Amino acid sequence: MANPILVLAEQLRGEISDITFEMLGVGRALASAVGAPLYAVLLGSEAAPLAAKLGKADKVFVADNPQLNLAPAATVTAVLKTVIDQSQAGLVLVGCTNVSLGIGSTLAAQTGLPLVNFCRAARADGSAIQLTSQLFGGKILSDVKLPDGRGIACLYPGAFPADDGKSDQAPPVEKLDLPVEAPKVTFKQYIEPETGDVDITKQNILVGVGRGIQSQDNVQLAEDLAQVLGGAVCASRPVIDQGWQPLSRQVGKSGMTVKPRVYFALGISGAPEHWEGMQNSLCIIAVNTDPKAPIFDGAHIGVVGDVLELLPVLTDKVKARKG
Amino acid sequence: MNLYVLLKMVPDTVEELEVAADGKSLDSEFLRFKLSEPDDHALEQALILKEKMGGKVTVVAFDAPEVDDVLFTALAKGADRAVKIPLNQASLGTVASAKVLTEFFAAAGALTSDSLLLPGSQAIDDLEGELAPLLAAALKLPYIGVVCGVTGDAGKVTVLKEFAGGLRGEFEVTLPAVLGIQSAEKPPRYVPVAKVRAVMKSAQIEEAALASPEQPIQLDIERMYKPEAAGRAQMIEGSTEEVADQLVEVLAKNSVI
Ligand SMILES: Cc1cc2nc3c(=O)[nH]c(=O)nc-3n(C[C@H](O)[C@H](O)[C@H](O)COP(=O)(O)OP(=O)(O)OC[C@H]3O[C@@H](n4cnc5c(N)ncnc54)[C@H](O)[C@@H]3O)c2cc1C
Repeated sequence: MANPILVLAEQLRGEISDITFEMLGVGRALASAVGAPLYAVLLGSEAAPLAAKLGKADKVFVADNPQLNLAPAATVTAVLKTVIDQSQAGLVLVGCTNVSLGIGSTLAAQTGLPLVNFCRAARADGSAIQLTSQLFGGKILSDVKLPDGRGIACLYPGAFPADDGKSDQAPPVEKLDLPVEAPKVTFKQYIEPETGDVDITKQNILVGVGRGIQSQDNVQLAEDLAQVLGGAVCASRPVIDQGWQPLSRQVGKSGMTVKPRVYFALGISGAPEHWEGMQNSLCIIAVNTDPKAPIFDGAHIGVVGDVLELLPVLTDKVKARKG
Repeated sequence: MNLYVLLKMVPDTVEELEVAADGKSLDSEFLRFKLSEPDDHALEQALILKEKMGGKVTVVAFDAPEVDDVLFTALAKGADRAVKIPLNQASLGTVASAKVLTEFFAAAGALTSDSLLLPGSQAIDDLEGELAPLLAAALKLPYIGVVCGVTGDAGKVTVLKEFAGGLRGEFEVTLPAVLGIQSAEKPPRYVPVAKVRAVMKSAQIEEAALASPEQPIQLDIERMYKPEAAGRAQMIEGSTEEVADQLVEVLAKNSVI
């Protein structure tokens, strides 16, 4: 039998994150292909009741300990190493999320296992595992092989269907009772999201602007379009970091996840961290001067052109049409 | 505070990226490099900490095209020391980069009880993992990533880490430590070209001679390629007027006007 596949389950504030089910889904498929069991490990207070949701796994290792809530990477990897040693796990799946960032790399440094970051696809090839990684903001893909199936793969959220990792059955649970060293990184408190003037997650139409909008003044052009359409402006990270829009308007990994009827991606390259937050929009209209921009790989409608030229004309035409 | 900022040059993705003849790497002939964006924020965060807490900012980078400009710019912005490691950045994966930097920081006197190492949280070519946690693990220092704010105190710092949906967490970190910076609390400052030119005349970039790692890339890369055009958008072409007319039709079809 091949070495087990181990999923590092992720929870935030007592809820299992989608990435966990996405990893369990692809983990199950890989495990079947190589003839290995699928295990999961879940940490933190309330871990025991939450483990019942991880029925896709053949067994869940649970460390129910409040000290493991948002614990630093090295504390989490100490638990992971114990589980790997006990279970002889070969492949470890970790989410490419803000919550888990750094855990895979720390584990790689401590175990010498190879790590493949930014994975969007995974297949078994005999006993080897082949992973496809998305690099350079989505412009390049790379196929990487773990020849003996051993290693750490960090998976992008949204790359694998979550439904494949859900199950009604509760899995067998093995409790871990491990001493946890006093960490040198301690969680103090949550800082709740700023509530903005508009909730972009509730909008039918979002006019998303990226670095291609070029200046704070130009954001007004997008405001004009949003206004005639009865929607709202949202933005990619660089626009927020520049202070051109408030944090409550950020879409993506660290920002909001939105699903409007129509999402305009104006001067947005389509980096995976932005894509994560708007990929399920019903109609994505991308406008970009770069015909090779990754956003065109996923958008429904694409225009190669200058947003600054297009916006005023489009706003006028929408106005005229609405009468 | 003894602040170290690790600056990394990455290919500018605004340019076309071409795969090299070996099919496993990028063709360096066509690459234009720029400072990795989170690293620029790491520098800004370090400068803000220095202004508030006092101390010294050292910027450290591997050799890469344009890197001297980036190092002089950092000095012009307020960094005190610039160190270049004369090993070609583009040929090193993150695991090898972390090994070399571990040697650098292991040198006597580099790390003090008030040291803070600030790499960017992540880079667009971090195929083998992120530098910050790899370095922290090798140096046995505390680490936290996706940091978007740092306040200093004696022997510790309080940092903000981003989660999702705008939610953040506040953490306390004992020094010395490694923080992966995602965003500084303010946008990176601008420095006039004239000032950079002046610094180029007066300041020096130090070189740290370190051994080249045995295995520059750890992973077994089978191939690199551009995404296939299969799932591409339906493209609308024409004059600005024509494009706008067609977009109005798209909006009408989606029942939003
Ligand atoms: C941990 C982490 C979390 C992150 N969280 C987020 C997040 O929540 N949200 C987010 O958005 N990003 C996030 N990012 C950043 C992300 O990786 C990208 O850097 C970011 O999404 C890029 O934004 P952009 O597309 O606006 O800019 P760029 O990638 O610089 O793209 C600008 C685009 O504008 C085009 N352009 C330029 N001028 C024009 C013009 N006149 N007309 C039309 N097009 C033009 C260019 O061709 C280019 O494609 C995160 C990154 C990390 C590592």
